[in-house]
Amino acid sequence: MEMIECKGVGFSYGALGVIESLDLTVEKDELLVCVGPSGCGKSTLLSLLGGHLPPTRGTIERRGQSRTIYQDGGLFPWLTVRENIALGNPKKVGEWLEITRLTEFADAYPHQLSGGMRQRVELARALAAETDILLMDEPFSALDYQTRRRMRRELVATLAERPRTVVFVTHDIEEAVQIGDRVVVLGMRPASIRRTLELPPGRSRAPAAPGVADAEQAIMEELGLA
Amino acid sequence: MVTGLLILAIWWGASAAGLFPTGTVPAPDEVARAFGHEIASGRLLDDTIASLFRVAWGFTGAVVTAVPLGLVIGRQARPRAALLPWVNFFRSLSPIAWIPFAIIWFGVGDPPAIFIIFLATFFQIVLATAAASASVPKVYYRVGEDLGLRGAGVLLHITLPAILPQLVTALRVAIGVAWMVVVAAEMIAVRSGLGYLIVDARNGLRMDLVVCGMITIGTIGIALDLVFARLARIPSVRWGFER
Repeated sequence: MEMIECKGVGFSYGALGVIESLDLTVEKDELLVCVGPSGCGKSTLLSLLGGHLPPTRGTIERRGQSRTIYQDGGLFPWLTVRENIALGNPKKVGEWLEITRLTEFADAYPHQLSGGMRQRVELARALAAETDILLMDEPFSALDYQTRRRMRRELVATLAERPRTVVFVTHDIEEAVQIGDRVVVLGMRPASIRRTLELPPGRSRAPAAPGVADAEQAIMEELGLA
Repeated sequence: MVTGLLILAIWWGASAAGLFPTGTVPAPDEVARAFGHEIASGRLLDDTIASLFRVAWGFTGAVVTAVPLGLVIGRQARPRAALLPWVNFFRSLSPIAWIPFAIIWFGVGDPPAIFIIFLATFFQIVLATAAASASVPKVYYRVGEDLGLRGAGVLLHITLPAILPQLVTALRVAIGVAWMVVVAAEMIAVRSGLGYLIVDARNGLRMDLVVCGMITIGTIGIALDLVFARLARIPSVRWGFER
């Protein structure tokens, strides 16, 4: 079932075209990754998909509610971890504190947590809400390398237990090919889809897994980095 | 505490050595006697209560009206363009300049003094609230949209808590200004209050009483500042000072 369907979507800030005639569908429980050069409009695309911006051309159909997880700073700093998660779903706070191993930090404020822990709280808040679609805007890019890798594994494990439709935006090609079911490569602004790559089944792939290196190479070539 | 004792010792020593010409700076023992007399007669307490009453009304009135106006100016472009230059215009005017109007509009008694204190703090709080609400990160509002917050919900759950640390700092500065202005405000059309105590003492060349009033004002100023400083320690406010 298609959870998101974009037909001929375009977006401009005045005369500045950001996204151009984009056609995209995201299937139920799929993890779709969008990669593209810096400033190409990846975050604008997520804002459009999340309904925070109306497209200036075309249509977007979304089946179900969405939550967006931001790079950093999406948590309310005046609320504790427990209160932030309760905004997602007050009945599931204890469960998600346990899943994200944050029980002992339940009464801490976001500024008292590490970057990785803050992202776990964001994830918990979004998943606790039991919405159908997760939009993730470079969620791990502010983290150090080791934490980023750990967070990727945790995301994949959590989605395996509680499947959701995910659109994951990143500039990290390695991340894209390791966790995505499908990778969409966006071109320079105004962004349009330059290529779509299907990845082998199974998420959390090793760099040497079949098809991963080829996909990484193909994306690099598409972005002019090879 | 140590610096206070040091200042007192220097003051005492200079007075005892006759370094101050007669009638210019009272000796500490004269001020202490004046304090004792004013406390015993009950006048100091009455004047302090009168001043606190006026500051409380003027300051509270300013907070209640300035915060909503600041939120509107901070969050909406048209009111900002229309009103911000006027806020800056009136903010630049000394509250003293309003004294003639205060007397004409409000007559004698508490109202003109309360009006002056109100004016001294109102524009400051408007500006601080507007600046704080304009700088709330957009991402909070997007999260709020996802959570289904609208209208008053956005104001209560996002804007107000997000600006609270800056607002507390602004109120701390404003209460200091309000207390500072009380002396000027009580120079007009009232016969009570610590400002009036100072003016009355000056007219009677009672410099010991003038210093007595000054010390009381300064001490209460410190106490008020401590009260507002404690607000910054509330957990849902403290995040703004610890990040």
